[in-house]
Amino acid sequence: MDLRFSAEENAFRDKLRTFFRTKVPASIRDKVNEGRHLDKEEMVTSHKILHAEGLTVPHWPKEWGGADWTPVQHYIYTEELQFNGVPQPLPFNVSMCGPVIIAFGTEEQKKRFLPRMAALDDWWCQGFSEPGAGSDLAGLKTTAVRKGDHYVVNGQKTWTTLAQYADWIFCLCRTDPSAKKQLGISFLVFPMNSPGITVRPIVTMDGGREVNEVFFDDVKVPVENLIGQEHRGWDCAKFLLGNERTGIARVGYSKQRVQRIKELASRVMAGDRPLMEDERFREKVAAVEVDLKALEMTQMRVLSEERHRKGNTPNPASSILKIKGSEVQQATTALLLEVAGPLALPYQPDEDDVQFGSNEPPVGLDWAAPVAPGYFNYRKVSIYGGSNEIQRNIIAKAVLGF
Amino acid sequence: MDFDLSDEQRQLKDSLERLLADNYGDLNQRMGYMKEQKGYSPAIWQQYAELGLLGVPFAEEHGGLGQGLTETMIIAEAFGRALAVEPYLATVVLAGGVLRHAGNEAVLKELVPSIVEGKLTLALAHQERQARYDLADTATTARADGKGGYTLEGDKCVVLHGDTADKLIVTARVSGARNERGGIGLFLIDAKANGVTRRGYPTQDGMRAADVTLSAVRVGPEAVLAGPEKGLAVIERAVDEAIAALSAEAVGAMAALHELTVDYLKTRKQFGVPIGSFQVLQHKSVDMFTALEQARSMAYYATMMAAEPDADERRKAISAAKVQIGRSARLVGETAIQLHGGIGMTMEYKAGHYFKRLTMIDMAFGDADHHLRVLAKAGGLS
Repeated sequence: MDLRFSAEENAFRDKLRTFFRTKVPASIRDKVNEGRHLDKEEMVTSHKILHAEGLTVPHWPKEWGGADWTPVQHYIYTEELQFNGVPQPLPFNVSMCGPVIIAFGTEEQKKRFLPRMAALDDWWCQGFSEPGAGSDLAGLKTTAVRKGDHYVVNGQKTWTTLAQYADWIFCLCRTDPSAKKQLGISFLVFPMNSPGITVRPIVTMDGGREVNEVFFDDVKVPVENLIGQEHRGWDCAKFLLGNERTGIARVGYSKQRVQRIKELASRVMAGDRPLMEDERFREKVAAVEVDLKALEMTQMRVLSEERHRKGNTPNPASSILKIKGSEVQQATTALLLEVAGPLALPYQPDEDDVQFGSNEPPVGLDWAAPVAPGYFNYRKVSIYGGSNEIQRNIIAKAVLGF
Repeated sequence: MDFDLSDEQRQLKDSLERLLADNYGDLNQRMGYMKEQKGYSPAIWQQYAELGLLGVPFAEEHGGLGQGLTETMIIAEAFGRALAVEPYLATVVLAGGVLRHAGNEAVLKELVPSIVEGKLTLALAHQERQARYDLADTATTARADGKGGYTLEGDKCVVLHGDTADKLIVTARVSGARNERGGIGLFLIDAKANGVTRRGYPTQDGMRAADVTLSAVRVGPEAVLAGPEKGLAVIERAVDEAIAALSAEAVGAMAALHELTVDYLKTRKQFGVPIGSFQVLQHKSVDMFTALEQARSMAYYATMMAAEPDADERRKAISAAKVQIGRSARLVGETAIQLHGGIGMTMEYKAGHYFKRLTMIDMAFGDADHHLRVLAKAGGLS
């Protein structure tokens, strides 16, 4: 048992840190660190810079661009990427659909989709949730009816993140309405410019436009776009949802935010001294740091033990990463809100804000503008990807044996 | 970065767990040891000696096994599971830590072999009534006699296993004001020396402690373990190692208490079904699990950082661990009793004993709030 990083691991970290800090534009990294929205071009730019260095899909098999790293190297990569404000390579491509195609797709499908996916030549989005299928995902109703050499898709998806940028969608559709609900689902992929697709934005309470409703009206999907077996799409879905074990804690981003909280609170005055010297405030910050350190160590334990695990059974401790990771993220956004105090009030709409958008110069302090929206927006992290209550159900069943 | 135990460490863990399963499997066995004259079982203490546990942290040149804090963590976690009452923390970790870090070669060579054989127990007499968690706060005085010796005067309280220890390590102020950092000397005295009065008593968690009065206790130069220039630093190091060990002990106790609770939920029936079928109880037991795993992570962190030579970095890490341990212990302990219902309240059931030990671990060497304050004042973790 040796809980320190080796010299090689530290060298690996230094190399990545230097790359992230010198090659990814500071304007993009600053935006991430300050909690501002990136536009599509910025996300693609950053992704392509990483891709040129082989840093978008290190977790994929080597033949498809993977890096053959140790679990600790993967951990260091994720932490450095996040801590330095580098946007995560598009998760719909690299962490969600890519691994499903690698695990369930045909050689033909791999060749067709994976290289463009890794390079972000195609932007992918996720068609899972529906208005009537949230936590009970298998209750989804969107249908795909086989007609000769294609399926006809009808129905509606919702919470589709960044669908407005997407070229392709991976989609769970019901192909056998008579089967038990998990057994009649298929995993289809198709272009977002297919006739019959309508995308409608859902504006979240912070004013952001991250998510959308996507409607399908007789959308024709060629049968060769079926991933895995027909009616066995639930296997793909379960695989996809269980895949992301460590990145989900987002330790690096939280570390970065804690550092930012401390910097800002050292500048913001509360009475005749900086807020950071207020005992109650700094104890709250310290409490979050303790939680975060525990989370980081838990994540390392999960990684370290993964080497010995046969098959695909995750370490029981991995199941708490989502719960604690989301709690810590939310705690940091609440602290940032507290730092801003009254300066958090002015609402600075994006240019495309339908209600309040204008070309007037912004009100208030630059750093304070995204703080309250960030706090509001981050309520999502304990809801998406299986709400924290669903996570507790999973732990109760899979770990505690209820 | 490697969390795996070596083969030797795994062997240590297995054999200790076997020994404890035999001797602590039934709560009545523990009650029996508590009623023995020393408040613990000297026979089990001898078995620890035979297993090599008592020599773990001491250097080989002094007669020890020269092992590290990881071994101490393994042992402490097993003790936590078993709710062991022997003075391992008092003798080997705490007093042993002071001996090691004081670095008095003659004393180490003389005492360590007896400790390792199980023939000598020690206690650290440092805590004073007014000091609360301030390790520097020492009113007991050591007056130099001009010939290299001292006269000790003062009152110590809640000296862990101080009632049965053969020797005491006493902290006393050679110079300076009551809570000044400098000026504290460390003295090794015979527990039965002239002028030493001990009043022993059981503690809430089934262990033993003593209040110790020192009145005109005269010691020679050979009793000086560390001079006033480094006394506090030695105490701090030993206490940091003790906190790391206590963290592991708490993890053992929490894990066992959590298992006990989940088993209970699966077997206890009300309304015609096991109460574990109710989601509200399942989620509470998941919250216990989360608190336990976060505590385990911080016990590892404490073990790793207890050896850190940079005192500031070490203290911050240890404080962070103690915050997590204290908070997790409270949540796990209180929830366990609640989920058990009435049976959890009884003396004859094990849950309450885990809860009491966990609560006292929080109180030992600074509770969660104390360490949060210390950590925050030091600028936090990053």
